[in-house]
Amino acid sequence: MNASDTARFAWRSLWGYRGRTLLVILATSIGVAAVVVLTSLGEGARRYVRNQFAALGTNFIVVIPGRAETAGGGMGVLSGRTARDLTLDDALALLRTRRVESVIPVNLVSGEIWWKGRRRDVPVIGSTAGLMPIWNITMASGRFLPVEDPRRATPVCVIGAKIRSELFGAQSPLGEWVRIADRRFRVIGVLAPKGQFLGVDVDELALIPVTSAQVTFNLPSLLRVIVKTRAAEDVHRVADEIRRVIRSRHNGEEDITVFTEDSLSTAFDKILVALTLAVGAIASISLAVAGILIMNVMLIAVSQRTSEIGLLKALGAAPQQIRLMFLAEAAILSGVGGVTGLVLGSAGSFVIRQIYPSLPAYAPPWASAAGLGIAVGMGIVFTLVPAQRAARLDASAALSRR
Amino acid sequence: MIRLTSIDRTFTVGDEQVHALRDVSLAIEHGEYLSVMGPSGSGKSTLLNIIGLLDRPSAGLYELDGENVTALDDRQQSAVRRNKIGFVFQFFHLVPRLTAAENVELPLVLAGVPPSERSPLVQRLVGEFGLTRRARHRPDQLSGGERQRVAIARAMVMQPAAILADEPTGNLDQTTGKEVLHLLEELNGRGVALILVTHDAALGGRARRQIRMVDGSIQLDSGATRA
Ligand SMILES: Nc1ncnc2c1ncn2[C@@H]1O[C@H](COP(=O)(O)OP(=O)(O)OP(=O)(O)O)[C@@H](O)[C@H]1O
Ligand SMILES: [Mg+2]
Repeated sequence: MNASDTARFAWRSLWGYRGRTLLVILATSIGVAAVVVLTSLGEGARRYVRNQFAALGTNFIVVIPGRAETAGGGMGVLSGRTARDLTLDDALALLRTRRVESVIPVNLVSGEIWWKGRRRDVPVIGSTAGLMPIWNITMASGRFLPVEDPRRATPVCVIGAKIRSELFGAQSPLGEWVRIADRRFRVIGVLAPKGQFLGVDVDELALIPVTSAQVTFNLPSLLRVIVKTRAAEDVHRVADEIRRVIRSRHNGEEDITVFTEDSLSTAFDKILVALTLAVGAIASISLAVAGILIMNVMLIAVSQRTSEIGLLKALGAAPQQIRLMFLAEAAILSGVGGVTGLVLGSAGSFVIRQIYPSLPAYAPPWASAAGLGIAVGMGIVFTLVPAQRAARLDASAALSRR
Repeated sequence: MIRLTSIDRTFTVGDEQVHALRDVSLAIEHGEYLSVMGPSGSGKSTLLNIIGLLDRPSAGLYELDGENVTALDDRQQSAVRRNKIGFVFQFFHLVPRLTAAENVELPLVLAGVPPSERSPLVQRLVGEFGLTRRARHRPDQLSGGERQRVAIARAMVMQPAAILADEPTGNLDQTTGKEVLHLLEELNGRGVALILVTHDAALGGRARRQIRMVDGSIQLDSGATRA
């Protein structure tokens, strides 16, 4: 019996029990679709983070106060404010390091912004003009923070597009005086709408000079310092130099954590790949369930088709052939189910991409391949027992039954 | 062609031993026409199953064309069965999903005959058995006689040396039964050995050689001298 005849015979059998066939195909396809959709979410998150880092460029270093426990760093240290302060003076000291192009101190605090009795809660960022290129900021109107001595507490601010519309409506905010906490700032610019960037909604921000932020909110420490090197190859050498400088300024204690772009994005990458894998593995459990369903359906098929199997043996089918016929049925069932699942899953991730355009939710090819492979593998493995039962069937007994 | 020597077949039912065949020796030549009769439970079907390699004897020797087929494994036995033996059953045993022509074709498919060679063979047989107009019908759209004709065509498609028919008329009315028997006899006339199990003495009586089984043994064999 050649392969195409085997496949055709198997297909006819499956078609003969359409309802059952559809059920199994559905169960398998749901399993595979789950794998595809869930891994596409994980992969989407990974690509999202990747893109965000890519937008930053590769020639920068992030310095945050506090010592990370492990070398690779965890999520906690990114927001943790611990141990000794990382001061503006520390940041400016780094500027004297060789191969450093610029140093951008950053602080973040939540505050309130007032204008003519209107009030809004707002995340306030204290930084310098250097932040603009690093964050790829474009202006809707006005200008960004002025290029000046970072130690000056100039009373100016730049606001996000949403703040602008909520506070000022149709009116131009440029030149207006707003109040942030208990100080007055003159609005000099409005950011172009940008949405989420590095976990912050840029449209909802207010930016003021870093020293203004330190003074207004009485902040002793910076949230982080971004150091930009002249060339991407320099980052590791400069990172070592930064540690040395801070150690000498902090009485020999290295109480900071230094991230280079690659260490940061690999750390995220690792976490998100692990997450994608875990989620895919969990989704695969539904494939095991589909496998068990296939086994049951096949066991039923074998007992329903006892006399047919006996007949095939009487017509000269070898046990091996009978086994192959049932395995072919399983392969077709799980294969068709798997491919249907891939289609459903891709449709699912397409819908996700439509709903969340910033999330590149594409299932990684390995996950789709694994989903299909596991589905077919499970289908075949779980059919081994029923197929063996069919192959071993006593033909004379099977035929004496009606 | 077929030579059985001291064949025993015992079934274990619970902790009892059922002797379906006891010390059966039988020789059948090419082209013979042989009927097997006897009361229910006398071992007729068991004998046929052993001849057809669907069952293995508990003891004894079975040679087919000089080859000790009891020694063959399942796969080898199925090859012998496929090439040398055609079965016809009381309950037809057609595959319900397949058309008449596809049922006839089935042994060729199992034997791995390429499709281009299959279809002329099938067409010829379907024509010969007067089934041309029924070729595309499914078994449930056929009468009993037509079904049995399909089954006989299927048994013949591999050009076997022997046809084993277990009560082929048992499920048909008398006239149709006779027609089916005539068809089988015609095939026998072309040189195919025919072994017919039947309850019907009138039908069984038509065979040149008649065997009567009682309680698992051959009680009477009209052609025993030739064995
Ligand atoms: N698979 C089996 N398991 C146990 N006992 C069996 C089996 N097959 C046959 N037998 C027994 O062997 C004996 C012979 O059975 P067999 O079917 O050969 O009789 P038979 O002559 O064909 O009868 P009938 O005319 O009713 O078809 C019977 O007693 C039967 O119960
Ligand atoms: Mg019988």
